[in-house]
Amino acid sequence: MQNDNLVEIEDAVFGYGARPVLKGINLTAKRGQVVAIMGSSGCGKTTLLRLIGGQIKAGRGTVRVAGESLGELDRAGLYRLRRKMGMLFQFGALFTDMSVFDNVAFQLREHTDLPEDAIRDLVLMKLHAVGLRGAARMMPAELSGGMARRVALARAIALEPMLVMYDEPFAGLDPISLGVTGNLIRRLTDTLGLTSLVVTHDVQESLKIVDYVYFVSEGVIVAEGTADEIRASELPYVHQFVHGEADGPVPFHYPAPPYADDLQLGGQGA
Amino acid sequence: MLKQAIENLGNHTIQGVWRIGFASRFFLAVLLHSGTAFRRFGLTIREIYFTGVLSLIIILVSGLFVGMVLGLQGYETLQRYGSESALGTLVALSLVRELGPVLAGLLFASRAGSAITAEIGLMKATEQLSAMEMMAVDPIARVVAPRFWAGVISMPLLAALFSAMGIFGGYLVGVQLIGVDEGSFWSQMQGAVDFEQDILNGVIKSVVFGIAVTTIALFEGYDAPPTAEGVSGATTRTVVTSSLAVLALDFVLTAFMFRGLN
Repeated sequence: MQNDNLVEIEDAVFGYGARPVLKGINLTAKRGQVVAIMGSSGCGKTTLLRLIGGQIKAGRGTVRVAGESLGELDRAGLYRLRRKMGMLFQFGALFTDMSVFDNVAFQLREHTDLPEDAIRDLVLMKLHAVGLRGAARMMPAELSGGMARRVALARAIALEPMLVMYDEPFAGLDPISLGVTGNLIRRLTDTLGLTSLVVTHDVQESLKIVDYVYFVSEGVIVAEGTADEIRASELPYVHQFVHGEADGPVPFHYPAPPYADDLQLGGQGA
Repeated sequence: MLKQAIENLGNHTIQGVWRIGFASRFFLAVLLHSGTAFRRFGLTIREIYFTGVLSLIIILVSGLFVGMVLGLQGYETLQRYGSESALGTLVALSLVRELGPVLAGLLFASRAGSAITAEIGLMKATEQLSAMEMMAVDPIARVVAPRFWAGVISMPLLAALFSAMGIFGGYLVGVQLIGVDEGSFWSQMQGAVDFEQDILNGVIKSVVFGIAVTTIALFEGYDAPPTAEGVSGATTRTVVTSSLAVLALDFVLTAFMFRGLN
């Protein structure tokens, strides 16, 4: 029987050198859902995506995708699993020496023996799905940030993966591109029956499209729930994040010695 | 102060050894993943265009001028001993044995090596290599190996063209401008240049330089910190390290190839 959870993370720990980044993460993503991972900058969200993509290995705990434990896979096994994953990088990571068409065709040419006619049809279908069929012959340098991300999305779904991961898909987009990208993530998840993991700190846009949200802070999950539960949450961290308050559990000031000491005011007082 | 200096020295030594180890593993990985570069030779051909064909202008022009200078300086020296008819021999041997491979190697490091490092470093900084990994495509096989073999194939061809152009430059100055006898120029050259001792050894040198320069350029790009400063530093290191490597390897190879020759 197929497990309902496509991604399962249990007690995952990871650090860069002596600096711990993830300190015991537990997370699941059900098939067919859009799951958001939110948190302030530097809290370990992208590291979590890299863990799920197998680019780094957990120091402790397990990460399972489609029932396969990433820690136990060899390189060939990992590559086999990655063919069922797509990833949208923050700035698209399009191959700058290839046209939009060739970028989307890249995986089809690398991993299939399809004739060029079939590849052409598939690429145009994917580009049509993201509204950029007319940009097929353009080069990445000619695209706006929003267009580049849509092309990267078309590339990520070229092989019809079961899981697509998005690293900050809304960062730096204008309001129109923001809405278009959010709608695309939801629509592609529903129509292709895939699972989407969205790492973001754009609360308002992502709460419109997600099924479930995890909040990460200082390497641990501090809150989770559906979009409605998150909106109604009274947890101080979630409240601060959702309402964009400058100070709270996430302090405005980075830890520092006393202000007066830094300004060398000690001993000169009245 | 002294403790700090010793710590820094130790740190640099450890870093140096670590990088040599990483570079050796990288080189082996490139060799092991070279199948793609030959199975899909189109990828390698494309890179030969970027590393080899686009380096042609600088190689040919430099070769011409080096040959012309050799013609002038060689004539100036030889005519003192009444041996100006040996100008062809001097120009050809200088170019085929030494100047062709070495100067072509140095120019290749500056022109193609720096471009390779910058390209790979920027691909890393803009996450193109990570994207490839996530698409289950090995960047070493798809990106690095074709560039490596393109460099190894291009370098001896460029060195040969450098030498040919240099000999032509020497001919222009020596025969056409100064008036050395054309028959002596070519016949003495033909008689003195040995295929195995001179031309083949020159080719071997240029192949070794091609391997060294391309490996250094690829490694520096692949290992570059993914920042503008990191890529810039890596590009500089490529030019400096590969130029020094060419000169050092030239000495070692020359010592082995021409020992015992009179």
